[in-house]
Amino acid sequence: MPWLVRQLVRLVVVLFCVTLLTYTIVNILPGDVAIVILGNLATPQDIAGLRADLGLDRPMLVRYFDWLGSALSGDLGRSYRSGEPVVQAILDRLPVSLQLMVMAQLIALGIAIPVALLSVRRPGGLFDRISASAAFGFLAMPNFMLGIVLIYLFSVTFDLLPATGFTPMSEGLWDNLESMILPSLTLGLIEWTVLMRVLRSDLLTTLKEDFILLARAKGLPQWRVLLQHALRPSSFTLITILGLNIGGLIGGAVIVEQIFALPGVGRLLLGGIFNRDLILVQGTVAFIAVGFVVINFLVDMLYAVLDPRVRHVRFRS
Amino acid sequence: MSASAAKVAAIAATGPRRRWRWALALPLGWLLLVVFLAITADWIGLPDPSAQELILRRKPPSAEFLLGTDNLGRDMLSRVIYGARTSLIVGICAPFLGFLVGGAIGMSAGYFRGKVDLLAVGFIDILLAFPSLVLALTFTAYLGQSLFNVTLALGILSIPAAARVSRANTLAWANRDFVLAARTVGASDWRILTREILPNLLPPMFAFWLVAISVIIVAEGALSFLGLGIPAPQPSWGGMIADGREALDVAPHTALIPAAVMFATVLSLNFVGDMVRNMVDPRRSAL
Repeated sequence: MPWLVRQLVRLVVVLFCVTLLTYTIVNILPGDVAIVILGNLATPQDIAGLRADLGLDRPMLVRYFDWLGSALSGDLGRSYRSGEPVVQAILDRLPVSLQLMVMAQLIALGIAIPVALLSVRRPGGLFDRISASAAFGFLAMPNFMLGIVLIYLFSVTFDLLPATGFTPMSEGLWDNLESMILPSLTLGLIEWTVLMRVLRSDLLTTLKEDFILLARAKGLPQWRVLLQHALRPSSFTLITILGLNIGGLIGGAVIVEQIFALPGVGRLLLGGIFNRDLILVQGTVAFIAVGFVVINFLVDMLYAVLDPRVRHVRFRS
Repeated sequence: MSASAAKVAAIAATGPRRRWRWALALPLGWLLLVVFLAITADWIGLPDPSAQELILRRKPPSAEFLLGTDNLGRDMLSRVIYGARTSLIVGICAPFLGFLVGGAIGMSAGYFRGKVDLLAVGFIDILLAFPSLVLALTFTAYLGQSLFNVTLALGILSIPAAARVSRANTLAWANRDFVLAARTVGASDWRILTREILPNLLPPMFAFWLVAISVIIVAEGALSFLGLGIPAPQPSWGGMIADGREALDVAPHTALIPAAVMFATVLSLNFVGDMVRNMVDPRRSAL
């Protein structure tokens, strides 16, 4: 399957470039970790000594291949600050971020699919127009703003949900969900707009197909036509957008984790940035970028499996 | 910026219909007001946005302080207006920077094709492989926080989107008869690119730029919200929302007012941007 092989080669090349770029950005830009660790009063000798200890005095490309070598064997180094292995730090916080993103996507889909189905029942009708306006409005809301508004509504005004803090699932599923509802809503309430529009326009196209006419001619009720016949063939673009949006969700997760004080990967990254913890930032950014590339690759594959035409068309873009 | 590309598409799809055009006055008026105040902020007798008056902290809106005061007793109206200046500078300059670089890359890729195209598309793919906010964070964290660096970082982020728009449009225009005619009379590649193709790229690029402004204003807000954007004493909407968050229970106006102003601005920009896109793209306006 030469198509698959070519895609795999492309994946490897992109991954190589992405890690190299991460390494370059983090290492070229100013901000000396030795000075951060030792403070402003350190002598140049101390700084040079620490830089040598940390291996920062060697050429950058040499350090990159060193780092890549150990990264491939699952070692992203140890945090300059806490001494904790970076891989361990990421894995500890990953479940929180994953839960946040899965819940956000579920909320987004949970709103987007019914709204899209209801609005194609009568395109241009009242429901369609209201949902289009609502989507246009939500789309203009930055996530950090929506997060604050949700806290103001649900925590400050009505005191229904906790404003910040995280309860792990091991301490009770309900408490855990309670601490995750507002963060996931913050992401999901913005996300659904994009999904809804994509699904709506694909549904409208599908509804013009002959097999829908046939289903209608057989006298099937509207809801069965929509749910059982139109929804599945209309969901290809939706799946792609779900994959593409993960990039936005990751960025959103950084902000949302910060607003709601969730111990996720995004907050780990922010902490690393504030502390000038080079190794930690590098490992986390590389991890996020690689994850993002791989997910998009898998989504592309899934798309190709669902719709064989893609395998041939995709090349030209 | 692939996610924002999807957003742009969604903005386009959810945009107002033609018969709503009369409603354009409201968002356009709001934007003109924001721009006017941001430009004239120094001359309309506003108090110093950084002047603290701790006794008067967290005052709700009143006749003396039209939008109240913040956690440090600074005048919110003044800060919102100076914050608009920050947002507009970054929002207008960053995409412009991205469009200069990205536009050039996209035009060369679409015009020369072959290896140039392959390289350019590869470069765009790699920039797109990073979640944009994470890339922006990393840039500003290491470049140092200043208005210039934030603009630079967000400008770099808008390169891929700009490159895509200009590449797609160049591909479409490069095969037209008038380009062939120019080539037949011996025009150089440079002349064809600048005199024949570029003028045709400007309308779609302008329309995209309008939407990019709103995306970048939000991104700047996010950076400042996280404390990695515009440095502290200088007002920025994102920074104000972050400050106000501390006092959400006692003085909600300190967070909600800048949030509302930002929302209104982004909404208006999307609205106007969508209108302009409908006007410059005959295929879409026919829909």
